Amino acid sequence: MDFGPFLLLALMEGLVTSAVLALTALGLALVFGVMRVVNVAHGEFFMLGAVAAWFVTTWIPGPPAAGFIAALVLCPLLVGAVAALADTLVLKRLGYDPDATIVATIGLLYVLQQAALSLYGPEARPVEAPFTLRVQLPWFGYSGYKLAVIAAAAVVLAGVWLLLARTRIGLVMRATQIDREMARAFGINVERVYAGVFALGAGLAAVAAVLIVPIQQAHYLMGQDPLLLSFMVVIVGGLGSLRGALVAALLIGLSDGVISVFFSPTLAKILATLFVALVLVFRPQGLMGRRAA
Amino acid sequence: MNGGAAKIWALHLGVLAALLAAQAVLPAYHAGNLARIMVLAVYAMGFNIAFGYTGLLSLGHALFFGAGLYGMGMPVALAGWGAGAGLVAGLAAGGGLALAVGLLALRRAGVSFMIVTLMFAQAGYLTILYYTPYTRGEEGIVIDRAARVLMGLDLSQDATRYCAALALFAAALLVNLALVRSPFGRVMVAMRENEERSRMLGYDPFRVKLAALVLSGLYAGAAGAAYGLLFGYVGAGFASIQYSILPLLYVLLGGAGTVLGPFLGAALMFYLIDLASGVTTAHLLVVGAALLVLVLFAPKGILGTLRDRGLTWLP
Amino acid sequence: MAALTLLEARSLTCHFGGLRAVDGVDFDLAQGEIHALIGPNGAGKTTLVGLLCGRVPVQSGSIRLAGRDITRLPAHARVRAGIAYTFQITAIYPRLTVLDNIALAVQSRGAKNLAAGSLAALDRVGLAGRAAMLAGDLSYGHQRLLELGMGLALRPRLLILDEPTQGLANAEIEAFKALVRGAVPDMTVLLIEHNMDVVMDLADRITVLNFGRVLATGTPAEIRANAAVQAAYLGG
Repeated sequence: MDFGPFLLLALMEGLVTSAVLALTALGLALVFGVMRVVNVAHGEFFMLGAVAAWFVTTWIPGPPAAGFIAALVLCPLLVGAVAALADTLVLKRLGYDPDATIVATIGLLYVLQQAALSLYGPEARPVEAPFTLRVQLPWFGYSGYKLAVIAAAAVVLAGVWLLLARTRIGLVMRATQIDREMARAFGINVERVYAGVFALGAGLAAVAAVLIVPIQQAHYLMGQDPLLLSFMVVIVGGLGSLRGALVAALLIGLSDGVISVFFSPTLAKILATLFVALVLVFRPQGLMGRRAA
Repeated sequence: MNGGAAKIWALHLGVLAALLAAQAVLPAYHAGNLARIMVLAVYAMGFNIAFGYTGLLSLGHALFFGAGLYGMGMPVALAGWGAGAGLVAGLAAGGGLALAVGLLALRRAGVSFMIVTLMFAQAGYLTILYYTPYTRGEEGIVIDRAARVLMGLDLSQDATRYCAALALFAAALLVNLALVRSPFGRVMVAMRENEERSRMLGYDPFRVKLAALVLSGLYAGAAGAAYGLLFGYVGAGFASIQYSILPLLYVLLGGAGTVLGPFLGAALMFYLIDLASGVTTAHLLVVGAALLVLVLFAPKGILGTLRDRGLTWLP
Repeated sequence: MAALTLLEARSLTCHFGGLRAVDGVDFDLAQGEIHALIGPNGAGKTTLVGLLCGRVPVQSGSIRLAGRDITRLPAHARVRAGIAYTFQITAIYPRLTVLDNIALAVQSRGAKNLAAGSLAALDRVGLAGRAAMLAGDLSYGHQRLLELGMGLALRPRLLILDEPTQGLANAEIEAFKALVRGAVPDMTVLLIEHNMDVVMDLADRITVLNFGRVLATGTPAEIRANAAVQAAYLGG
């Protein structure tokens, strides 16, 4: 293949990564932005979504599309419910203290990993794509499903944006984010908002996972990479900034796709990790953000 | 010295004497476990100096433990260094990396500090994997028996290994005790309790925290180097995120900000996982559940709770 | 004033966004005096003191302590140079013992005999009998005394007290006044205070701030007679 089409292929792969990453990282950014909680178990909610998708598609008979659509609806709800439960049983009781919640979400990470290992097993298992369509470009054929993933992620992101910007739910969330005590004084049930935000964050990771399982198999340890990448996105985009996170997801997803085509993936990861750590040290407001007064 | 000081020294020297005696009494299997626990406790003590006393929650201490392992293991295995020189190299690697990480990460506090340390440790772990031709990556390096001789003592022998682990543990424990009872120890605690107030008493928060982190790194480096020498194996797994979480778990269980807490926590957790793996393979669940239960119901750990319930003299 | 000048601040300025919290203030402290800083709420008192002790960075202007330029010195280094600050909201270490609290101040100035120095410093504020208690278990009045004791134990050249009598009972205020009088002339005291009886009783000189500027400086009698001050307070 010539260089041009080769680069195009790398960019398209990067776009798929970006789309899934944007959903996952948006969940992490939302939780950090509104609740000031660093959710180390976020990757496990992603994993849970993928594993749940395998169960749902295996149980539901009929064409693959039926099972897949069921998974796309059910898995985020299930994962969101698990997250809301974790919030109520654990995080709320800790008063959302930053140190304690980090330790608790590390504990949650291990518990969820073990649950998946015990119930699902150590194997990596595939989920069948809802349709098989090959889009023929002049230089190569490309999976139609991957293009659909990009489109679906864009739709979900737009939906979240509408939810945050145009509805009362979004208004309540933003009010809680700005001043928890003031929101409480105005009669907002802060506990319910927190449980909802934590569930929404986890649900977004689950949506991303369901979209990706037909491409990448479900495995109980699959949560680590999305967690680290989401951390990177949230840091580069500016802690808690949703718009920054979207731009950063695009940037990191694309460069990940392109770089891993040309360089050793381990070296790329080392450099990216160090880069992100230095961003957090020297520009905690993110690369795009402005320094707060 | 007053009565309180006498009680404190009696307790800690008593624990060391009991550990010395335990070797004669315990079956070989448990003596071997205890040697491992003592070395891991030194690591956890180092973590405790940063987290328990100074209030610095690092999620990247495996970087310093791994630096100790590889700082010792690489020159010993590849350049034929002696065990003593390897030990010093491991110690220096742990302290040196802690200094470098501290100079950067301590510009941030709280959540950002935790994430920065996590990221640096992840970069360190990946670096070990990247240089697999030298480090042997996940597979790891086996340190030859011939190289594991320190001052004429064969560290691969059970009895000498136990004594070497105890000697390291005793030194670490007594230094730890002297440190937290010193004026500098008081300043570390002051930073944890109220940084702004401490600043307005004339203490530079950055320098105090940096000194505590370097001490912590020296402990972790010493523990890593000793672990590799005593058990003859150096592997990338020891630098992974799990090994950053373990000392946190030990310290939380035993009691953050107590001198004996890390050892108590390491011993209990070691046997808890050991017992659990007899019943179930779900040892991740034990770790996860222990973290959740501790943070929810006993955030001060065992010794911290005892200290609140009357043993106020416990250092 | 014939006395030596301990502290000289020139055209100090600090803006928060559009708000000029401190706007071109010149301010002098004579060696060994008790100087009170008063003014209506929001006049810039706490910001000015923050500039002097280094908690708020200086945007423009200069500060000299005994002739030495300390404008760019960070807060902890200013403490070492001899400026101590006691917090408006009691800031002790509630989970440490009273003795540890005071020892942190005593060891900061490099005292040789830490134990004896700490007990002496506690004795000065009448808390020696409570040395082993947790500071958080002290009564509010005693916590304020401990805070003052920590400031005194630093043996600063300039002791800044930010609303020290707030919330104290009358008897406690008398004890406090005696302690402050005992601190001079070894130390110089700068006092932010709302209680006018305390100010008029203790201060050698008073500076009145309003809208971030110095409205007047003078003896208590001069300030009491100053028409501009009366207008600011009464017409404010």
